[in-house]
Amino acid sequence: MINRSIPRFEIILNIRTISVKLPIYTFIQIRKLLNNCYPQLLATCGFFLLCGLVLLLRRQNPLEFYTTIFVSGFSSFDEFGSVLFNTTPLIFTGLAVAIGYRCGLFNIGCEGQLNVAAFAATLVGMYLDLPSILLVPLCIGIAMIAGAAWGTVPGFLKAKFGAHEVINTIMMNFIAVALTNFLVTSVFQEPNQMIPHTSQIYENARLSRLGSYIPFIPETNLLNDSFIIACVCVILCFIFLKYTRWGYELRFVGNAPDVAAYGGINPGIVIVWVMALSGGIAGLAGVADVMGYRYRFLDSFSSGWGFTGIAVALLGRNHPFGVFAAALLFGLLNKVALDIELLLNVPRGLFLAGQGLLIIGLVCLEKIQKKNK
Amino acid sequence: MTIIDLIPSTIRMTIPLGYVALGGIYSERSGVINIALEGLMLTGAYGYVVGTQTTGSVWMGLFFAIGLGILFALLHAVATITFHAEQIVTGVAVNILAIGVTDYLTPAYERVEGLPEWKLPVIGTYSFLVYLLPIIMIASHILLFKTPWGLRLRAAGESTEALKTLSLSRANWQFFGVIMSGILASIGGCYLASDVHYFSEGMTAGRGYVALAAVIFGNWRPLYGVAACLLFGFASSLELADLWNIPDQVLKIIPHVLTMIVLAGLVGKSRPPAALGKMES
Repeated sequence: MINRSIPRFEIILNIRTISVKLPIYTFIQIRKLLNNCYPQLLATCGFFLLCGLVLLLRRQNPLEFYTTIFVSGFSSFDEFGSVLFNTTPLIFTGLAVAIGYRCGLFNIGCEGQLNVAAFAATLVGMYLDLPSILLVPLCIGIAMIAGAAWGTVPGFLKAKFGAHEVINTIMMNFIAVALTNFLVTSVFQEPNQMIPHTSQIYENARLSRLGSYIPFIPETNLLNDSFIIACVCVILCFIFLKYTRWGYELRFVGNAPDVAAYGGINPGIVIVWVMALSGGIAGLAGVADVMGYRYRFLDSFSSGWGFTGIAVALLGRNHPFGVFAAALLFGLLNKVALDIELLLNVPRGLFLAGQGLLIIGLVCLEKIQKKNK
Repeated sequence: MTIIDLIPSTIRMTIPLGYVALGGIYSERSGVINIALEGLMLTGAYGYVVGTQTTGSVWMGLFFAIGLGILFALLHAVATITFHAEQIVTGVAVNILAIGVTDYLTPAYERVEGLPEWKLPVIGTYSFLVYLLPIIMIASHILLFKTPWGLRLRAAGESTEALKTLSLSRANWQFFGVIMSGILASIGGCYLASDVHYFSEGMTAGRGYVALAAVIFGNWRPLYGVAACLLFGFASSLELADLWNIPDQVLKIIPHVLTMIVLAGLVGKSRPPAALGKMES
């Protein structure tokens, strides 16, 4: 046998070959990406074109609209920091939905999970005055447990009784909102205040703002450590799904639950822990708000992050890195919506309506893509 | 205040839920999951107010609302039935779209006329939609369970193949089911808007989901479904009346907790149509 590794090594060293192969390689990779992701790209472009068209119908200049988006989103570190701040909760909810979806579960209950998690974090942060190094992980941990508990209930009902998790997660949303509303208004309301919110959490339980230690971000910028946590979460989820035994089981149950059962995996158990994990990650969105921004629990603070998470996961093809990119897009939209409303006098409903159409168009395009394969 | 005084407010709470739940039953019986009820209801309320404001006639308002409801339901239907898209995702998308469109084109904040009211002896004076609901409920029951058309609609929901063996189109019956849900849900929204005489953003406030809960609690049957709405309507009227000092949050979650219990089969199993949400591959 001739050892072929030596000539190969030479080929790699050969600069002329590389200079030919690298562009071809990148071209192939880009084509592969386009082939796989064209529904996502098409839907996103369609969304922006549609917005421009609506602006035209309003007899406004669509170019002004696009430049406003660009200026309001990217013109300075301050602006871009705000975009990332708006992105953070969407990364969490997007990841939560995506992980559930990989296992064939629809977690529509992110809204409820992040509410109870935020409340749990607030309670711990309000009543325990520990050193920061203990208190912050404790708050995050308790919040994740609360979110996970909220996710486990529909998971358990699905595994044990076969009850559809979509209905149960929706119902759990309403229960969570009612429960936290009751606790805030009747038990933990800050004294002498009309706004339904709790008192502030201790200084030690707060996440620091990135502006306080990164020089080029202004101190007033709201971007905080929760964004770092989100980035770590994305990478951990990627490793978890791709390289661990549990990730394999999760994907197996998602693709073929019956086959998984023959392969020695108990789908019921997987469903329960996946819902718990999904709920825990969704809970981090609540943590980001309480510990990174408001420092207290405000009644119904979430502006539909749980539902936007579905769109984020879908646009990100349920892949952690895709979720990150999609969350960035929706975070940008959330950030610029206010400026668009103020400067161009366009109601923010435009973005919501566009989002709805984007999702519908995207799912249809994905089905077409699947058929053509 | 006694229980008797709660009757009018119970009726006012029940009627919108009842229409939406009946709509949900049509859609789900034909095998299409309809999370979009909330959005369809919202467009109904919106359509009524806009239609009445622009034409000055409440009938045109009702007509406009139903048209808008059908349009949004068609969007859901085309995506799910023609393209076989995920029904839950599309439903959520229709809800988001409805919120967005009604926010983008908010009608003028003016009082609109309510739908005509009929006075009946003993019962009292209510909008004619109140009297129409029992009729539609019984008609739906007969249509679904006593006629060949109902059998076919239910067959579409019970199996992906059954209608094919009769060389009938499953898609057509599903379109019918979803469009019926659009019509009925928007009538529910109409009642809501005509009752308070204006439209505000997100005015349905989760009632579509409560109606969905009623569909499940009523075991996907029109008579039981409306009965469930009556129960849930009674709970919300208690909430308004502040009787017996029960915190309103407790009353608010009653429909949701009951639905979860019934769906799990802890008390009386509720059984969904067998092919609900399934599409032939």
